[in-house]
Amino acid sequence: MSKVYKIKQGLDIKLAGEAERTLTEFTATNVALKPTDFIGVFPKLLVQEGDIVKAGDPVFCDKAHPEVIFTSPVHGKVVEIVRGPKRILLEIKIELLNSKAFTEFGKANPSELRREEVISKMLQSGVWPMIRQRPYSVIANPEDNPGAIFISGFDTAPLAPDYDFIVHGQGDVFQTGIEALRKLTSGKVYLNLPDGTVNSKVLTNTKGVEINHFSGPHPAGNVGTQIARLRPINKGDIIWYLRPQEVIIIGRLFAEGKYNAERIIALTGSEVRMPRYFKVPGGVGIKRLLAGNVNESNVRYISGNVLTGTRLDPNGFLGFYDSQITVIPEGNYHEFLGWSMPRFHKHSFSKSYFSWLTPRKRFVADTNLNGGVRALVMTGQFEQVFPFDIYPSQLLKSIIYNDIDEMEKLGIYEVDEEDFALCEYIDTSKTEIQSIVRQGLNSLRAEMS
Amino acid sequence: MKALRKFLDNIKPHVQPGGKFEKFHSTFDAFETFLFVPDTVTHKGSHIRDAIDLKRTMSVVVIALIPALLFGMYNVGYWHFASLGKEVTFMQTFIFGFFKVLPLVIVSYVSGLGVEFIFAQIRGHEVNEGFLVSGMLIPLVMPVDVPLWMVAVATIFAVTIGKEAFGGTGMNIFNPALLARAFIFFAYPAKITGDYIWTAGLSGGTGIVDGFSGATPLGLASAGQMDKIPAINELLLGFIPGSIGETSKIAILIGAVILLVTGIGSWRIMLSGLLGGLIMTLIFNAAGANAYMELSPMTQILMGSFLFGIVFMATDPVTAAQTKRGKWIYGFLVGMFAIMIRVFNPAYPEGTMLAILLMNAFAPLIDHYVIEANISKRLKRATKASNL
Repeated sequence: MSKVYKIKQGLDIKLAGEAERTLTEFTATNVALKPTDFIGVFPKLLVQEGDIVKAGDPVFCDKAHPEVIFTSPVHGKVVEIVRGPKRILLEIKIELLNSKAFTEFGKANPSELRREEVISKMLQSGVWPMIRQRPYSVIANPEDNPGAIFISGFDTAPLAPDYDFIVHGQGDVFQTGIEALRKLTSGKVYLNLPDGTVNSKVLTNTKGVEINHFSGPHPAGNVGTQIARLRPINKGDIIWYLRPQEVIIIGRLFAEGKYNAERIIALTGSEVRMPRYFKVPGGVGIKRLLAGNVNESNVRYISGNVLTGTRLDPNGFLGFYDSQITVIPEGNYHEFLGWSMPRFHKHSFSKSYFSWLTPRKRFVADTNLNGGVRALVMTGQFEQVFPFDIYPSQLLKSIIYNDIDEMEKLGIYEVDEEDFALCEYIDTSKTEIQSIVRQGLNSLRAEMS
Repeated sequence: MKALRKFLDNIKPHVQPGGKFEKFHSTFDAFETFLFVPDTVTHKGSHIRDAIDLKRTMSVVVIALIPALLFGMYNVGYWHFASLGKEVTFMQTFIFGFFKVLPLVIVSYVSGLGVEFIFAQIRGHEVNEGFLVSGMLIPLVMPVDVPLWMVAVATIFAVTIGKEAFGGTGMNIFNPALLARAFIFFAYPAKITGDYIWTAGLSGGTGIVDGFSGATPLGLASAGQMDKIPAINELLLGFIPGSIGETSKIAILIGAVILLVTGIGSWRIMLSGLLGGLIMTLIFNAAGANAYMELSPMTQILMGSFLFGIVFMATDPVTAAQTKRGKWIYGFLVGMFAIMIRVFNPAYPEGTMLAILLMNAFAPLIDHYVIEANISKRLKRATKASNL
């Protein structure tokens, strides 16, 4: 029952620095776990500086759900625990040892296990946090029975990695991962793929899932967009979601009996000299990875894509859920009368600058805000990049005046900040829309618990 | 440019909070960001942002208004010399109009921006660019002979009571430029109606050639002199008396194209407004109770400020309906009411201004019902899912 869903509203931002489809093995020396990657988790530390951990050994857990543990992606030594203001836990840095030792969790065929056995294996090994839930986009609660599990098999964000390339040759573990996921829901597992492009057989040949195709501009590849078309979330619904690389890591757990958090990431952006793919351990330190391959002065390092990624400092680490690192120039410069110029070189969704005459051009985008923060004046713009049956401005306003009832009525359960990223990008008033959406989700979640 | 930047950087510390001239913080800010796009970078959320900002948006609208302004200037000179029966060159005509219209533009900008700067300073905001458009619209919807002090008073009223009292740019209910016009319309009706004020110098009344009337097409229509209404091509080209910006439909259409291509003006409102006007006229044609009702749709659409209002005033994003469906309804009703008021109410020869202000008041209600429909659809879906 495969169908093509056409997404009409959206925007593909074409940027310079797409990763070339070549894979380089990278020997990492350090990684880190960042509790800040996990929304709503209050970390409880389980290691001390100086401890030796094997891949799969617990590092910290969630205070509210102690069964949800976060484990080391590598065999190494805990060298530093970095805390921020109010002693908030920021990073647990681990330096790799020469040997590769894994904690053994035992091989198993997930289709022969009971649901509880699958869950407990995933919890113990630390792969559980790979599964997140809508609404709220937080780590799934192992006690819930989700209505469905969604996997978006492609990414349409600017310079996004090509999952077709990433999953190549990993079909068996991917299928094993799917088998495990099928145990977790009484509903369906949905795998959503792009329309038209030739896929490596890995994703199209997946069994036991419902495959649907999506065409159109970004955010066609966002799981939120896909859920809204296939199984829109109502109040009380829970849907779990993850990306193909996470499925593969779960598959490896059952096929090999160990937590092997290796993933393939795309190194992208206009400031990268040779943008390409790397095989790295989860949470890898970017400094050595990027050494000699970027123009280092005045750039911004981002874990993830330019729309939703997290800012990293030059010694930072890859985010838990990210398969991409982007490096773009900082925009801390004054532009003389810039707002009145033709600006052939600056991308804009509106046609008020002349850059729209070159739709195929790949732009070098920097981090300048391109204007000052203003009151919300323009209307009807968000709707053009927001493929939901939701009134985005009205929902945002209900969050700003913090009316929980109104947020529910206007459909906040169906969205998260990622779905609003394009609205934030095109916003004339330079409002921090993603923060507003997160604030709404957080107050809703606090209200519900 | 570097010297200028250095100059600004030197002043900056003095106008920051705590500095000697901190009172001028907002004012400095407005000028600085006018000259240089700030070096602010993104902190949260999306790391890159679209090149568009409010300055660009508003300046595109101002550019779209320029054809109407230039033609308006020429037309002012044209009618002035026509009333005197003098033959003059093109440049003389334009220059006369230029110096007649320029003071109106200056007074409107100075008084409006003055209020904006004061409020921005009191509130600690940056100055919003919204008035750049209002300040240009106000002179364009005025008759040329309106006293300057009246424009100043009307502008200050419109910005203070119509906009800042509601919270400033983005929060106002009524279009500020129309509010300024309505203020004069109701406070000093003699200065904005009748046959004399549309031609510069006509109210003075010396040296006027015999038989020159100066009546606008709408004035003629409401007086029942249908045979004197100019032909379609004259209405289209705009060599007719009227408010400064409204007469040339060609100039307005150029502006409309600019707004539509850049996507800054809502095509839904423009199209539905036009449809609303046409359908109302056709209904009147069918009824045919008097001569005004029998005017052809083309004449109705091209007379008065109907097109100017639909293109530049009804599309104001803040005061129009905000939802897609709401925009269709809002625009359609603006068009219908503009023609209806004009035909039915002899006291108001021009219906567009009142129609838009009326629909400004109803826009939130229209949006409310459109959004309610979305909400009940969502609730139905939820009930259906839970019954499965």
